Amino acid sequence: MESNIINEKIFDVEKIRNDFPILHQLVHKKPLCYLDNAASTQKPKIVIDSINDFYSTTNSNIHRGVHFLSEKATQKYENTRTTVKNFINAKSEKEIIFTSGTTASINLVAQSFGKKYVNEDDEIIVTYMEHHSNIVPWQILCEEKNVNLRVLPINNNGELILEKFNELITERTKLISVVHVSNSLGTINPIEEIIKIAHQNNIPVLVDAAQSIQHTSIDVQKLDCDFLAYSGHKIYGPTGVGVLFGKEKLLDEMPPFMGGGDMIAKVTFDETTYNELPYKFEAGTGNIAGVIGLGAAIDYVKSIGLENIHKHENQLLEIATQKVSEIKGLKIIGTAKEKTSVLSFIVENIHPHDIGTFMDFEGVAIRTGHHCTQPVMDFFKIPATSRASFSFYNSLEDIDQFIIALKKTIEALS
Amino acid sequence: MDSELRELYQQVILDHNKSPKNYRIIEHPSHYCDGHNPLCGDTINIYLSIEEGIVKDISFQGSGCAISKASASIMSSIVKGKTIEEVKSIFEKFKDMVTGKLDVDLESMGKLAVLAGVKEFPSRVKCASLAWHTLINAIDKKQDAVSTE
Repeated sequence: MESNIINEKIFDVEKIRNDFPILHQLVHKKPLCYLDNAASTQKPKIVIDSINDFYSTTNSNIHRGVHFLSEKATQKYENTRTTVKNFINAKSEKEIIFTSGTTASINLVAQSFGKKYVNEDDEIIVTYMEHHSNIVPWQILCEEKNVNLRVLPINNNGELILEKFNELITERTKLISVVHVSNSLGTINPIEEIIKIAHQNNIPVLVDAAQSIQHTSIDVQKLDCDFLAYSGHKIYGPTGVGVLFGKEKLLDEMPPFMGGGDMIAKVTFDETTYNELPYKFEAGTGNIAGVIGLGAAIDYVKSIGLENIHKHENQLLEIATQKVSEIKGLKIIGTAKEKTSVLSFIVENIHPHDIGTFMDFEGVAIRTGHHCTQPVMDFFKIPATSRASFSFYNSLEDIDQFIIALKKTIEALS
Repeated sequence: MDSELRELYQQVILDHNKSPKNYRIIEHPSHYCDGHNPLCGDTINIYLSIEEGIVKDISFQGSGCAISKASASIMSSIVKGKTIEEVKSIFEKFKDMVTGKLDVDLESMGKLAVLAGVKEFPSRVKCASLAWHTLINAIDKKQDAVSTE
């Protein structure tokens, strides 16, 4: 219990849990123990209220409206752009493009950057631990333009083998797209070093921050990454909204991804000129309420403090890791030195899907499957894992409930 | 254990999962098909020896959850000796049972009735039906691998 005391001193989990209405419910007559945070995080009341408030008081289409509501909606939308800019320390609002999520952000770069800069026989580098959303957009580009996708391998701990990086880079390498934190393994990749090596070779880098933005503070200027993508719903904001950061110079040179309203300067049937950044990449009416909700989520996360979040989640991971390690027949998948609070595991002779269903009846929500990282599963020669992922609103009681449920599940299925 | 959960994971299912029937390879099958469920990564290979419209032998291999493995095991023991028409008609009844579409007379389902609990778990219907879809594709000699997605 000693750790419990230390923990409570750092963090008042009970107080924080009160900010999240969804957490206070029974699932199959058991208190909900939500450990599927890597798939999607829950929303604090302040985020839910901000969306409700927008639709109740401000709803209107943004930009070009001269009436009161439109101006107010535009102001809220653009204020969020500043919030996002400050959160990742981008140089200017022009570098912040709102998308529908990480997947859309990566597709935007693959298509737009790809169209401009990638040609036949060129190469794109990704890593073995990418989410499908950072593999498939590049494969589509590869097929379209006859480009080669090269893959940085991983070791048995689920860490990148950086020594192989230099072997992969050639004069034909046009972009490196790398996940900051693996969603299925929890590995934190040394992106600083990757960016450094890439830039020594004049290659731009896209960082998939879908699993890192909610755990660790990111400074795009310090990192010097060329693109960064993340989703709102993984950082306690709404679904259907995401961010693409891109260096202004690159975005400026890139052609539009989608054509439509708002992304133009002037349209005639003879010629159309495009709007300035960031609007050039925001065709059509976006997820206005979602963007405003994302702003509220970022403010909330800042009020808790990413450093506090990191400390608490690390402690949960450490305790959970130690406790599951004592379970016979259980093997942790993803044992990197640097990890976020993701705990993937397999249990001898029991399929993860069966574990997931049993755990659900104990009120414990975990994710089971390949987590959209089939190459990682193939590497470990497993079909799937069970994954518990912790957030700052998880308590030590959650860990206890998880461990008790897991032991009960294994006993029932053995 | 909760009654719904107990209904899904009956002892018979757990037993089939642990020691599945016909879990082997047929060396020269007359019919064969792979199936996979992208949701959970389950895979199954079905081997058949069909002579004069009758399933003389059937076997399977693969990896999957208890529901999918037990379903394949029970299926294999049921369809052996049946005509293709009979197999297809059992499959139709089975589909109705696991999707809860019709009020299927469980007594008429024989050994398959143990899988009736699946209808309470929409996300697990695919686990129970993967083997059957793969079997039907093998019979119809469809070349493409089956996917339940």
